[in-house]
This record gives sequence, structure tokens and C-alpha cells, in this order.
Amino acid sequence: MKQVNYDKIVKKNLPDENKLTNALIAFSVGGLIGAFGNFLIEIYSYLFEISRNDSAVFMIITLIFIACFLTAVGVFDTFVKTGRMGVIIPITGFAHSMQSAILDYKNEGLIYGFGSNIFKLSGSVILYGVVSSYFFALIRFLLGGII
Amino acid sequence: MTYITSFIFVGILSLIAQLILDNTKLSAGHITSIFVVIGSFLDTFSIYDKIIQYVGGGALVPITSFGHLLIHGALEKTNQSGVTGILMGMFDLTASGITSAIIFSFIFALIFKPKN
Repeated sequence: MKQVNYDKIVKKNLPDENKLTNALIAFSVGGLIGAFGNFLIEIYSYLFEISRNDSAVFMIITLIFIACFLTAVGVFDTFVKTGRMGVIIPITGFAHSMQSAILDYKNEGLIYGFGSNIFKLSGSVILYGVVSSYFFALIRFLLGGII
Repeated sequence: MTYITSFIFVGILSLIAQLILDNTKLSAGHITSIFVVIGSFLDTFSIYDKIIQYVGGGALVPITSFGHLLIHGALEKTNQSGVTGILMGMFDLTASGITSAIIFSFIFALIFKPKN
């Protein structure tokens, strides 16, 4: 009985090689994109002499542009296969989901292809972001006098 | 210094997301939606602002920042317009990201053909 329990515990705690490497890859890829975003903010505020808030907007637009372009060319899918959540969690994943959705339905025309499908994947992010933000903001507003 | 903290912050978020993806039945769509809700929850009491102050620009890169920007714009507008400011200011700060994503993906979809 003891031996069986011991085996169970060992099996539970042994690291799954595949999952571990996946997690480490996601960590390093996501980290690199984060450091690159920080680099863009620094360089934009230095080059154009604008505030860090404005250069953060430029940084987000740049990352979205890069992600849309690479998805349209067809390179980004291999990034997703190798980098996993490291490229999905940064804002590049949001741009990728829109670009791939609109590109996949190109055959169905401008209205039912482009128009109906552009938010197919990223719609959930916008929906739940807006709904949760609305209720959280309402709570914060009602508590505003207290906290 | 901000490079290192940015690397670690976005890296850890990606790591958590990857662990959730590998060990549960949730898909990437579920995880990104959950992260947006977490981001907007953290900004309800200005915790995310403190994270940005500490981490630097890297904190604006992950999708949690999207939720943070949504609620941040809404709360900023309430200072001027009261409770209707939540509706008016919701997209104030994220407008640039959403608009540019729409414009870029439309133009590239016109130019490029889908693979496979």
C-alpha cells in the first residue's frame, strides 16, 4: 500500500518534459516581446521628443502593424506554433486573431467575408473586456466617495 | 532596469497562460478573455497603475493592459461627466489600438491572399 502511494506521488511530481519546455519557450518569447515593447517606448520618446504615454500608443500601433503584416505574409503561424502563448498574450495575439480571421474568409466577399468575420476571434476579448470594465467601473464609481 | 522587469513581467504572464493551456481544457480564446478581465479588475483600485510604474513600458504590452486601458478611460471620464462617463469614455484609450488593428488588417487582407 505504501509503495503504491509512493509511486503515485513520484508520478505526480515528475516534470512533464514537453509541458516544461513549452512553458519555458512561452516565458522567453513573451519576455522578449515585452522587452522589445519597452525598447520601442524608450526610442520613440527619445526620437520624437514626446511623452511616454504618447510613445506607448505608438508602441502598441507598431506591434499591431508588425503582427498584422507577418500574419498576412504567413510567417506568424509558425511563430504561434513555436512560441505558443508567448506571442498570443502580448497585443500581437489580438492583431493576429483579427488578421487571420479576415484573411481566411476573403473568398466570401467584402460584406459577408470581411465585415462579418473580422471580429470572429477577437470579439470575445472586446466583449468581456467591455462588460467587466463597465461593472468594475460602476463599482469603483459608487465606492468613489469612500475609497 | 525596466528592460529586465518588462521581460520578467510579460514572460511570467505568458508562462501562466501556457501552463493553463497545457493543463486544462481551456482554449487560447478563453485564456485571453480571462486575462482581459483580470487586467480590468486589477485597475479597479489602481493596482495596475502601480504595476506599470514599477515594471515600466513592458506592462502595456500584454493583453491585460487592454482591460486596464478600457476601465482607465471610463473612470477618467467619470470625473467630468458623472456616471454616464463610463459609457462615454470606455474606448477613449484603446481606440488607437482597435482602429489601427482594423485598418491594417483590412488593407493587408485586400493585398495578400490566404495561405492554404
